[in-house]
Amino acid sequence: MSSKKGSPASTDAGAGHTCWVRVTHWIVAASVVTLAVSGFTILMAHPRLYWGAVGNDLTPALIELPISRNYRHGGWEVSTASFPAGGTAVSAERTYDILNENSWARSLHFLAAWFLVVTGVIYLLVGTFSGHLRRDLLPRRGELTRRQLRDDIAAHLGPRRQPTVGGPPYGLLQKCTYCGVVFLGLPLMALTGWAMSPAMSAAYPFLPEMFGGTQSARTIHFCVFVALILFVLVHLVMVGLSGFKRQMRAMTSGRPT
Amino acid sequence: MKSAPLLTSRRTLITGLASSGGLLLAGCSDTQPPTYGNVLRMADNLTYRVQRLLLPRQSLAREYDSRDITSIPAIGTTDPADPHQGAYNEKNGVIYQQLRNGQFADWRVRIEGSVSRPGSFSLTDLQRFPARTQITKHTCEEGWSAIAAWTGVPLRRVLEAAGIRPSARFVNLYAFDDVAESIDMLDALHPQTILAYGMNGRELPIAHGAPLRLRVERQLGYKSLKFVHRIVVTDRFEDMGKLSEPWNGWAWYVGI
Repeated sequence: MSSKKGSPASTDAGAGHTCWVRVTHWIVAASVVTLAVSGFTILMAHPRLYWGAVGNDLTPALIELPISRNYRHGGWEVSTASFPAGGTAVSAERTYDILNENSWARSLHFLAAWFLVVTGVIYLLVGTFSGHLRRDLLPRRGELTRRQLRDDIAAHLGPRRQPTVGGPPYGLLQKCTYCGVVFLGLPLMALTGWAMSPAMSAAYPFLPEMFGGTQSARTIHFCVFVALILFVLVHLVMVGLSGFKRQMRAMTSGRPT
Repeated sequence: MKSAPLLTSRRTLITGLASSGGLLLAGCSDTQPPTYGNVLRMADNLTYRVQRLLLPRQSLAREYDSRDITSIPAIGTTDPADPHQGAYNEKNGVIYQQLRNGQFADWRVRIEGSVSRPGSFSLTDLQRFPARTQITKHTCEEGWSAIAAWTGVPLRRVLEAAGIRPSARFVNLYAFDDVAESIDMLDALHPQTILAYGMNGRELPIAHGAPLRLRVERQLGYKSLKFVHRIVVTDRFEDMGKLSEPWNGWAWYVGI
């Protein structure tokens, strides 16, 4: 936030992470881990994904995930052949005791979601007004070229050089990845999450509709979750390769070395 | 010189966020479910308060066309007279069996509590009210959903017929199995909150809550209690003990 020091181009170069970035980073990190664990637990209760407005065990699935004993359990007994108003729709009774830990998992998911959304909004506001997003995250004018991208990819694949500092300035691929998480991944998670809420979708019907229906939103929610998990894994590998202790020190105490 | 007004507004913003957060968390315990000191229940209550504060109060859940009706699973209790089911209640199970044998002709739903004319309604009584049919989406906490047509009487009509008092704040509903639900007055008086006796153009099937179930369209499926036989209007939040969600570790408000 020390925007007084010189021009934007040289500001904070090598100064490590500012305090508010470190605090919001760890709150978001803890929220994401909690959301991933509780979200996976929620998915285990019904490991089937659909496209469109609705989907259930009696309708075809887009993806079935073998992640719990509920996977293709087949414990259904058709009780009503069809309904006068429903064409070929049937009703069936469950004859199988499913795995369902949603009581704590759902509430924990939404508790962590509160932390993520509130911290995320604060991050975006402070990041905008302090110049952090523009200065450190968004690629500079003329920086995002095919050649520079190719060079940065080559640099990542080549022999590693230890960077001199933790924190900005970031490389081009690093900027693109962080922008993808901050401006696309996490906002999509929030939007698809809200699109699944019956109260939110009653109040704002465009939420499920912009994703092609509530179940489509759930499927996108899962796909973005997979992308974010991949990001976290690559992020941790990069932290390890560039000096784990130094990077952790830069993101905790903030002392750049 | 540019950063000074920004800092001021940022500080104002953070102070504002903090104080509104405090307001939301404080709140009188009569108006929301108990937390038992559980941080998960506190988060549930925060979601409840914020959604009630920020969302339009009378928005309607989307209603579909009859061509959109899908297959629908029946889960939880699918027969309150079956002693092998999880939420079986021996006394009520026997009563349910007798009523079902008589095609529910002797079934009545009792209404009591904060009403000036406590009493009961038979199915015929309920069917005398103007009926409402809505084709809506049932969203299960497990993750699946289904579209069905529900026909019944708006709960509001029944509450007004029983002379609901202005002090009333919650409506508690009890089922033939060992399950109960409560909803706040905003949901109770909502035009799409109905006591349904019909489904997809026929009588409500046993597995889906015959003879009468609740439909609360802006919350998850488990609020739409099946096998309703008693309605109690209350002036404050009442913990229904082991019959209700806060006791069993589930969120009471599930608009999310």
